[in-house]
Amino acid sequence: MLYFIEQCLNGIQLGMLLFLLAAGLTLVFGIMDLVNLAHGSLYMLGAYFAATFAIWTGSFVAAVILALVVSALVGMALEIVAIRRLYARSHLDHVLGTFGLLLFFNEAVRLIWGPAGMTLTLPPQMLAAVQIIPGIYYPIYRLVIILAALAVAALLYFVVMRTRLGMLIRAGASNREMVGALGVNIKLLYTLVFGLGAALAGFAGVMQAPILTVQIGMGENILILAFVVIIIGGIGSIRGAFVAAIVVGLIDTVGRAFLPDLLGHILSTNAAATLGPALSSMSIYMVMAGILIFRPEGLFPAASR
Amino acid sequence: MIKTPFVAAAALALVAGPAMAQQKTVKIGFISTFSGPTAVIGNDMRNSFELGLDHVGRKLGGLPVEVIYEDDTQKPDVGVQKTQKLIESDHVDFVVGYIWSNVLLASLKPLVDSKTMTVVTNAGASQLAGERCSPYVFSTSWNNDQTPEAMGTYMNQKGIKKIFVIAPNYAAGKDMAAGVKLTYKGEVIGEEYTRWPDQLDFSAELSKARAANPDAIFVFYPGGAGVQFITQYVQAGLKGKIPLYQVFTIDDLSLPRLKELAVGIPGAQEWVNDLPNETNKKFVADYIAKYKKRPSFYGAQTYDAVGLINSAVTAVKGDLTQKEAMRKEMEKADFKSVRGHFTYGNNHIPIQNFYLQDAVKEGDDYVLKTVATIVKDDQDRFHDKCPMK
Repeated sequence: MLYFIEQCLNGIQLGMLLFLLAAGLTLVFGIMDLVNLAHGSLYMLGAYFAATFAIWTGSFVAAVILALVVSALVGMALEIVAIRRLYARSHLDHVLGTFGLLLFFNEAVRLIWGPAGMTLTLPPQMLAAVQIIPGIYYPIYRLVIILAALAVAALLYFVVMRTRLGMLIRAGASNREMVGALGVNIKLLYTLVFGLGAALAGFAGVMQAPILTVQIGMGENILILAFVVIIIGGIGSIRGAFVAAIVVGLIDTVGRAFLPDLLGHILSTNAAATLGPALSSMSIYMVMAGILIFRPEGLFPAASR
Repeated sequence: MIKTPFVAAAALALVAGPAMAQQKTVKIGFISTFSGPTAVIGNDMRNSFELGLDHVGRKLGGLPVEVIYEDDTQKPDVGVQKTQKLIESDHVDFVVGYIWSNVLLASLKPLVDSKTMTVVTNAGASQLAGERCSPYVFSTSWNNDQTPEAMGTYMNQKGIKKIFVIAPNYAAGKDMAAGVKLTYKGEVIGEEYTRWPDQLDFSAELSKARAANPDAIFVFYPGGAGVQFITQYVQAGLKGKIPLYQVFTIDDLSLPRLKELAVGIPGAQEWVNDLPNETNKKFVADYIAKYKKRPSFYGAQTYDAVGLINSAVTAVKGDLTQKEAMRKEMEKADFKSVRGHFTYGNNHIPIQNFYLQDAVKEGDDYVLKTVATIVKDDQDRFHDKCPMK
């Protein structure tokens, strides 16, 4: 039982990471109607910035904050230079354009930082596990990820539902022209939303850097999962992204942890060891397929759509 | 695609035998990974190969060398394509390289069918040592099982009663697990195989290992994944609780990123940068001077390929059509290897020592040190299945 709880925590932690990435993606996709394949590149840049700033400043916290700010700035610059030109076009053009950006960023990172990848080192006090309830030891840093993502979720909810900016964002999502006609600078609004999305992606990249990796192309695999999350959750819905991210994280991790053993009862150990991980990664997509069949608008469709 | 032809100017010194008329250069096709995160390995191999060529005056058996580098992108389908291209359109005399067992296995058929002289400098798929051995394919590395077998032997010496095995789910990962299980006499209480190469979060597997409470964890994660595994192992608070025994997970490429995290985690390897022979001292010193970092075992094995090919081309006085004679010469392994002398088994896999290595801090630097010799003159266990005598 304790072991099951520990694995659930692992799943929730993965879910939280996915949420950070998916929240930015769903904002941009839902509000600006832009399919952004370069979202994973912003995630990668966030991690590289943090690793670089950590070397410059010697402080983990300073590195995280600086990386967040720079990610948002890069996102806004990107919106003004390139993304802005894509809004009026079809989704296929979005995919082509942002895929080009993805290749551009991969090559740019190789030129600037080299192919070797970097390391973001944690402060020594985070390099341990704590006993959260008797019998369960959990890495401190993974707890930090869960708490940070919860804080971001709360902050996003507050900004989108309770502030004037959030009201404009929601209004812009329902009817772009009308908001513009009422005298709101919609261009600036979109730049800000894209910057917010970039900061969220960068934050996800920063948070995962100490446990996973800082390397070229790191955003591409996880971006697929993030798309799955926003499809299950409902495009444009932060709440949907939150719930779906936890669901996907749990399915992936719990499946990986328990499927091989369950299959081991009916199959040979070797076959179970091969089939288990394959099935658990497939199961996420089966859930997505199910959602698309029975509830194509997702679990929590954004009210406006 | 990376193409770097090195055609040395025809010099007056070229006054060798009549073979010169038939063959102007030795053409070598070099396949490794030069893009993506594992390009670090490919670059280290290329650096070492280039250094090896520098050390022989950029001539093999008196002939100038042309090297064509090709990127397999760590994918078997791309690897086989590039291999075919090197054989069929570039007509290379030698093919060198291959990091990944699955890429090698996919590329083996065109190599063997075309009887291209091949030197595999890392991938050690057990099929290559066994039923798919070939007269024209040589390895300067090992068979996959050998290094983990040495680790298993060492864990026996340490009196470890039960272990938990974690490895990636592909050809080499399975060979590694099979290897350790062969020599390790205690109980294997759990085995986890993770999705390769995209799974980088090992939280579920580490939780499982902790719950199983073994005396030790045996692990294999080559390249960048090794950094992630060790980092997460330390973050989970397992270091100091459940000791880790690794193969190919901590090397000279990952150590600069792992630093303190890797200290005290033992590994098995056939080459360590401090092996005290003259060839190795020169290799390591010149590598550091030229590239400002340490070579890894991937590089060391690739450096040896230059010596091996040089011995073959020299033996036939540059007449590269004499494949039989070159094969016979290469079987003698008559060159100065960075791991000291080794011999070839019937399957063209080295019979060699395996060492225990440890990561230690030296001043501000972290380095791998040889601690002991685990096994002497070890031969892989698949050589009986190889039909060559």
